[in-house]
Amino acid sequence: MTSASKTNDTALFLFFIFMVIAGPILLAPIGASYPDLLQKFAIFGIFAIGFNILFGLTGYLSFGHAAFLGVGSYAAVWMFKLLSYNVLPALVLSVVVAGLFSVVIGYISLRRSGIYFSILTLAFAQMMFNIAYSVATPITNGETGLQIYNDDPQWLQGADSPLTTNLFGLKMNDVFWRPEYLGFEAQFNVGYYFCAIFLIIAFYVALRINRSPFGMMLRAIKTNQNRLNYTGISTRPYTLAAFVISGMYAGLAGGLWACMDPLAGAERMQWTASGEVVLMTILGGAGTMLGPVLGAGFIKYFEAIFSKINDQVLHSVFSFMPEGADNFIVAIVHPFVGKGWHLTLGLLFMVIVIFLPGGLIGGLTRLGRLFRRGQSDSAGRR
Amino acid sequence: MKILEVRGVNKRFGGLQALNDVNLSVEDGGVHAIIGPNGAGKSTLLNCFVGRLTPDSGSVTFNGQSLLGIKPHEINQAGVSRVFQTPEIFTDLTVLENVMIPALAHRDGAFRLNPMRRLRDEGIIRQKAIDVLEDIGLEESLDMVAASMYRGDKRRLEMAMGLVQDPKLLLLDEPTAGMSRADTNNTIDVLRHISDTRGITMVIIEHDMHVVFSLADRISVLAQGGVIAEDVPGNIKGNPKVQEAYLGGAH
Repeated sequence: MTSASKTNDTALFLFFIFMVIAGPILLAPIGASYPDLLQKFAIFGIFAIGFNILFGLTGYLSFGHAAFLGVGSYAAVWMFKLLSYNVLPALVLSVVVAGLFSVVIGYISLRRSGIYFSILTLAFAQMMFNIAYSVATPITNGETGLQIYNDDPQWLQGADSPLTTNLFGLKMNDVFWRPEYLGFEAQFNVGYYFCAIFLIIAFYVALRINRSPFGMMLRAIKTNQNRLNYTGISTRPYTLAAFVISGMYAGLAGGLWACMDPLAGAERMQWTASGEVVLMTILGGAGTMLGPVLGAGFIKYFEAIFSKINDQVLHSVFSFMPEGADNFIVAIVHPFVGKGWHLTLGLLFMVIVIFLPGGLIGGLTRLGRLFRRGQSDSAGRR
Repeated sequence: MKILEVRGVNKRFGGLQALNDVNLSVEDGGVHAIIGPNGAGKSTLLNCFVGRLTPDSGSVTFNGQSLLGIKPHEINQAGVSRVFQTPEIFTDLTVLENVMIPALAHRDGAFRLNPMRRLRDEGIIRQKAIDVLEDIGLEESLDMVAASMYRGDKRRLEMAMGLVQDPKLLLLDEPTAGMSRADTNNTIDVLRHISDTRGITMVIIEHDMHVVFSLADRISVLAQGGVIAEDVPGNIKGNPKVQEAYLGGAH
């Protein structure tokens, strides 16, 4: 509100834009500069930023947000099937459909608060998952997942436009530049930058919401909803608005995911996927601006790293050890990698929640404060 | 003119008749104190005014409008603000934000969707909040997080939250409980000043007789769920029924 925080916000936003644009270069040294992972960072960044508008500001913990991501994906794929491979109509429908679903689910779930709200959202999401998996097969193509076939109508598909998702001919899977530096390869991909634009807009809107009278009311709801009612505020429309906004963010994320890879499956709506975005937000720092994006990147990165490691890789890593000992070590590490990487995630999550309340951002802030105090101490001594 | 009319209000909690045929009218302007021994039903009565409790029977009308069966935020929007007995503030927010929220609720109504409006552009609201905080002596701690305030300051903050709405009727539930003597006197001055200058009608529940007799223009005495006396302060002290209720109930 003061002029200091105004410049802080501008600096924060510029820093964010820089990090997103320079992403492929910055992430190359840790082996994360390839389209698939970069796109995931942006998509789940949007998902988590939106989730944080609900959870971080109002304190309402939804355990069913993946449902909106899922319907976003389905809506996008349907647009590809019916119209063309152009991504814009797909994204519009994703956001609209997710918005409609969140109005209905939010309206009902928000009649309760606390754990009952969480359970209601979880129940809705599981219901939608099961419906997508079985009853709604004509719309969702059941367990096979919704995909595009040659005999789909695609009424607006031009004769010479690409047969893959594109923005007016600009193919999402194109890698337009592969610079190498210091022995690392960075991949600049159209899809990532397309997602990055939305990530930057999503971040900007979230920042504005945070600094608005509306956002202040949401924070007040988290602190003392009852008092707010006696202050003349009807809190239900506020929570519903926050719920729908975050649902639309999830729909956008789901739509973008389908734009990068024109598939949609029911597993995207499963409760584990809803839980993941909760983890991302808490891990990064709920209620902070950068936290959710950081948490999303953190989880998606470790997922990519740990789930790729198999026993073969492990054996080659521990091959320096004496015969027998390496087998023993591999047997111990085995459950934590590959398909068992969630075990590692669980442990990481526990460590962070116990030792870094406030998440990664909370930890970084404290580090920064320690560092500054150390500096001023030594300055004082001199 | 009567701003608040309470007619035949009854409230029962299980076997306890908390309010027993309460009749009370509050004149527009001035300070009306409700006193009475512990358990007389004072807070219960106040809760019936703001929609926290619904009486079993009877009527509560404010400016001719019934306050029964409507939601707390609607009662507030009609012009009734309440200051609670235990400070109810937004502990995670700053002092200034705590006062800007009721000011915004007063201007914008119960709901306004303005997610893209900048809070820092709300200059008038901000200034209004600062003015009230100055009146009440909290201008030093605008950017302090409310949770870290002293208890007495929290109570004053809550008063500022009520006052910033320019309510027609301000309900205060033991506003000076837990305050030091100096803070209490300061609060009396502030409330007196506001009542004189801004014409806000106040209903105040209070144990501290010093506060009651410094502020009140009229006093209602509540005992065992019923109003036993209603008069100007000078006549209340000598009222035998009141003496009976306070002294007789003590042994």
